[in-house]
Amino acid sequence: MTIRSFYSFALQFMFMALVVWAIYALMVTTKANLEARDVESGFGFLSQRAGIPINVSLIDYSPSDTYGRAFLVGIINTIYTAIVVIILATIIGVLMGVAQVSGNLLITKIAETYVEILRNVPVLLILLFIYGVVLAGLPSVRLAWEFFPDGFLTQRGVYFPRPVPLKGFNLVILAMFAAVVFSVLFARWAKNKKNQTGHTLPVIRTNLVILLVIPAVVFLLAGQPLEWDAPVLRGFNFKGGMKLTPEFVALVLGLSIYRGAFIAENVRSGILAVPKGEIEAAKAIGLSPNRIIRSITLPQALRTIIPATTNDYASLVKDSSLAIAIGFADMVSIGGTMIGQNGQALEVIAIWMAVYLTINLIISVLMNLANSKFQIVER
Amino acid sequence: MTLSVFQPAPDLPPPPGQTGLWRFVREHFFKDATSSVLTVLGLLFIYSIAEPLFSWFFLDAVFVGDAKTCNQADGACWAFVGSQVKLFLFGPFPRDILWRPSLAGGLLAAVFAVTALRLVSVRYMVLLWCALVLVSYWLIGGGYGLQPVPSTKWGGLMLTLLLAVVGILFSVPIGIMLALGRRSKFGTISFLSTAIIEGTRGIPLITIIFMATILLPLFLSDGVQLGTVFRVQIGIILFSSAYIAEVVRGGLQSINRGQHEAANALGLSYWQTTGLVILPQALAKVLSPLIGRCIALLKDTTLVIVIGLLDFLGIAKAAAQNPEWLGFEAEALVFTAAVFWVMCFGLSRYGRSLEKTGAEKNH
Repeated sequence: MTIRSFYSFALQFMFMALVVWAIYALMVTTKANLEARDVESGFGFLSQRAGIPINVSLIDYSPSDTYGRAFLVGIINTIYTAIVVIILATIIGVLMGVAQVSGNLLITKIAETYVEILRNVPVLLILLFIYGVVLAGLPSVRLAWEFFPDGFLTQRGVYFPRPVPLKGFNLVILAMFAAVVFSVLFARWAKNKKNQTGHTLPVIRTNLVILLVIPAVVFLLAGQPLEWDAPVLRGFNFKGGMKLTPEFVALVLGLSIYRGAFIAENVRSGILAVPKGEIEAAKAIGLSPNRIIRSITLPQALRTIIPATTNDYASLVKDSSLAIAIGFADMVSIGGTMIGQNGQALEVIAIWMAVYLTINLIISVLMNLANSKFQIVER
Repeated sequence: MTLSVFQPAPDLPPPPGQTGLWRFVREHFFKDATSSVLTVLGLLFIYSIAEPLFSWFFLDAVFVGDAKTCNQADGACWAFVGSQVKLFLFGPFPRDILWRPSLAGGLLAAVFAVTALRLVSVRYMVLLWCALVLVSYWLIGGGYGLQPVPSTKWGGLMLTLLLAVVGILFSVPIGIMLALGRRSKFGTISFLSTAIIEGTRGIPLITIIFMATILLPLFLSDGVQLGTVFRVQIGIILFSSAYIAEVVRGGLQSINRGQHEAANALGLSYWQTTGLVILPQALAKVLSPLIGRCIALLKDTTLVIVIGLLDFLGIAKAAAQNPEWLGFEAEALVFTAAVFWVMCFGLSRYGRSLEKTGAEKNH
């Protein structure tokens, strides 16, 4: 052992000892403080009766269920919101990003204005504005605004017709699966053929036809096994149909338009990062505009867009915790209620951390997979 | 014999429609069918949005008056914002000593101007900012000859700026230490720094604010009392440090190995190498993303309303509940949004100008 490595070892040992001592001291004071406040510890509370009313739940839940079940409802709500927002924000971001490089000055300026306004305002303010001003300004249930046949916008939420599958709908679902399998197989076969012979087949168009036609034909053959349960005004409220609460709509809408502005910025800079010479070269060898976008611009733009957007997705999942400010029952807002009831903050916060870290890990793994598809293959 | 000189005919003028305004309009708005359709749709969209917005903001708005005149008008009630402007700026701060936070705000503007215009060297800038924080705390909180004001009375834009400025000033050095720690050759230090950075970045700010308000009192032994504002401030500093650490790490990674080796060859120690050679270059490279973090932090401070602090956004919501002026939440939120927008947009433009001057210096 040289003097240098001994020095390094001693330093690290002392540092670790300091950290361990600090954690130990914290634990001792915390324990004393918790005992002084009569707060239980451990995760036993998860099996106790919760008594928390939750108005939006994708699984069966009643206030007589346990804390554990209530937390599960919150986690599912968080994930559900995150998925919906990721989809919407991506659509908005791509549209606005492409609009900024569209070449039409008016459209470019509209998109730029949108991005600059939304990016420079706190997201919580956007949520409160949508919830407290826009949605609260909608008509009352009696005067509901029918924005499309059997779809209603009201102060109390948005109502849609609900699809009710009848007997035989399983066949249609089966047909959808079959169509997906077929289209994947076709894409592989076409790629093989291209590699071997050099002929390109219209993969996207053919697959669109496969995906639409097979389920549609089976749907018709099975005798259209689907009904719509439309919301109907009875007394003071709508009965039937599907209802989205104003809290959920505000959260999803606010987060989507806010994060969409950031994703638009990624898309814009990603497209502009593709060297102009590449596009000109592609034009010179006579590729069609569509082909240029598909084979030259997109693959290179995605290389910069995907890593930046991964970060935005992660932020968006974390932003969904702002649900607490408008009263949507996500994981943080339900956990906050629990802390208020039994004071077991340490345990609740530990669960929050575990769930968020897991979600972010899953997102980064998925996005790394997508990213590895578009990276430059070095030979 | 006369020498005939070839006289070229004068250039024909460009065909009509290839120059001037007409060409500009055609190139940018009506290049092809799609573009023309988009232009028409865009014009329709702007007209349908801009016309009602403009009437709401200006034509039908009430600028002077009381709640009654506002309720009769169709437009915005800016008289409400005007009557509550002190509340928006200072929250429930005692009205008779408003000169103190106003002076602190003036000092902040002055120090910011000095920094932006680069009137003094970096060393004095750091000193100035530290002095600003101390003086602001003294002016706002009182003590040492001034009438003390408890932190429960702090609010409005003043609280937002205080949380953001103090948050940034403390989190930059902590972030730098975390970034250096993450790159340390000592395994334990690097592991611990990485754990703190990634653990903090993995969870939302709201949970950190909860932790700071609920858990911090549990961690502290009896007798140590901290007001909510200070607990939240600690949470914000921790949160911001982790993000700044990642920004700084990006800068550190972009520094050429040769710089380390040259400094080593000169016989500089680790801290000399880091402080005199590596950090100045790394920080100069990441100035623009650092400004980006400042903007994000300024916006994120609004989350403190979740635990009941009355910052700029919280006070806007509270002002809209005022029984004298009911029903003007839209005006309160739009005013708040406009102030935030001006601050954030200004900062982001400043960041972009830094990027430009930095690029000029390097090339």
